[in-house]
Amino acid sequence: MNDLRLYLRMVGIAIRGSMQYRASFLMMSLGQLGVTAIEFFGIWALFDRFGRLPGWQLAEVAVFYGVVNVAFAFADTLSRGFDLFGEDLKQGEFDRLLVRPRSPLLQLSGRRFAIHRVGRFAQGLAVLAFGLHALDITLGPAQIGLLLLTLAGGTALFLGLVILQATLAFFSTESLEVMNTMTYGGVQTAQYPLAIYRESFRRFFTFVVPLAGVAYFPVLALMGRSDPLGSTLWMQALAPLSGFAFLALACGAFALGTRRYTSAGS
Amino acid sequence: MSASEARRPCRPYQPYRPYRALLSARFRMMLQYRAAALAGVATQFFWGAIYVMIYEAFYSLGVPAPMSFEATITYVWLGQALLALQPWNHDKEIEEMIRRGHVAYELVRPLDLYGLWFVRAVAWRTAGASLRFLPIVFVAGFVLPGLGAERWALLPPDSGGAALLFVVSLIAAVALGAAITTLVHVSLLFTLSGEGITRLMPTVVILFSGMIIPIPFFPDWIQPLFEWLPFRGLADVPFRIYNGHIPVADAFGEIALVAAWTGLLMGLGRVLMARGTRRLVVQGG
Repeated sequence: MNDLRLYLRMVGIAIRGSMQYRASFLMMSLGQLGVTAIEFFGIWALFDRFGRLPGWQLAEVAVFYGVVNVAFAFADTLSRGFDLFGEDLKQGEFDRLLVRPRSPLLQLSGRRFAIHRVGRFAQGLAVLAFGLHALDITLGPAQIGLLLLTLAGGTALFLGLVILQATLAFFSTESLEVMNTMTYGGVQTAQYPLAIYRESFRRFFTFVVPLAGVAYFPVLALMGRSDPLGSTLWMQALAPLSGFAFLALACGAFALGTRRYTSAGS
Repeated sequence: MSASEARRPCRPYQPYRPYRALLSARFRMMLQYRAAALAGVATQFFWGAIYVMIYEAFYSLGVPAPMSFEATITYVWLGQALLALQPWNHDKEIEEMIRRGHVAYELVRPLDLYGLWFVRAVAWRTAGASLRFLPIVFVAGFVLPGLGAERWALLPPDSGGAALLFVVSLIAAVALGAAITTLVHVSLLFTLSGEGITRLMPTVVILFSGMIIPIPFFPDWIQPLFEWLPFRGLADVPFRIYNGHIPVADAFGEIALVAAWTGLLMGLGRVLMARGTRRLVVQGG
């Protein structure tokens, strides 16, 4: 059985598993939908009060918001297994993954496939559709291609962040809540155009954690508007690739962590 | 226990002693998680900075706003410093207790169960918040202006009266939060699973307490809804007393309203608990 088929089978089992608890699944999805929807309600209310951001209107912010939330929802669905990785290490569960003839990354991702993240996904998609519609953006093949590339790059970036967080568990058993600033904080940051932030923040989210590469720059290309920060169209369209590079680095770090891992189990 | 204490024939009756002991024990337990609290401080500080920059961008338009920029920034920092006080989640231990039947042990204690769970909620929230409060206030109130970022700073209370009433309103907020948390825990006696109400709590609490954006920023037509719900007593009322947006003269009425809500929710919790424990089926053998 090849890796992809195995993975799809694991996902299928996880989905059927959560569908056994239909009411629970529904409540969890609705809860997620609510928590993310009030976030956009807050943004909308601020625009209602102030009219606009300097140089940006609500519909444009909606596109940023939609892209980053859809990408994060994808990554979150795939990465639930990494969230609980610290516990797996403590309990010695990781040993069981290591003795199987498949990549531990693949097994971790498929183990706790979190289908109820559909709440954030649906909400992000709705806001994205609103933004694109309000801005009258025609979705030709080029735009759709860029949008898909952006979402894939964003998913890769957030996956990379979660894998890095899990990697830290090899070195420290303490709470790693601080990585939440990069994941949830990253989502929060990228919901607004990068240009409104201070330069040090912009640098950090462009060159260290390339959040701008999977949200701000490609969305500008999608909207066909010029960048107040002065990037070119080519740069904007290729920027999502930085998300994949980040994921590759994170996987490398995880492999290093695996190599120095000694089991705590008996 | 010292020798003199042991010799004393009998203690005076102290009805609050067990609750006080529980409070301090839970508090000390929560204080063990210092590294997590430190990480929390960093997280909240980052979050606050993002919000500050977003408001800075909106305010740069010069459009009249319901609150001054400085007051809004102060509100944001208070929100970050006291985030852990918000009753958006529930105690997993109580959920487990009810599901596994250990709640029977709670019932045989010679204590009032509602009081027990209420005190437990107070300890849980205040321990979490107190570890984060001082570092964030220190950085936002003293380090930032020291670095030359006065515009980003948490300002001191609007006046001496505002400071005093802020403390009172904060105590009311803690009581209200504990009443809400305990009500959620009591509801678990009926639903067992912890799905449902606990899934919707984050949305309701975060939105209606003013943690998403300060309540005066919401459109005028929706303000009455916020006014008439109890949740703004959790954050919006104390924060606006602190920054002077609620004048001292109005603060008394606001605090009285929060106290009234707290009393009402505590009463409701008690009634439901009496009903819930009567029909409770203890799981397990």
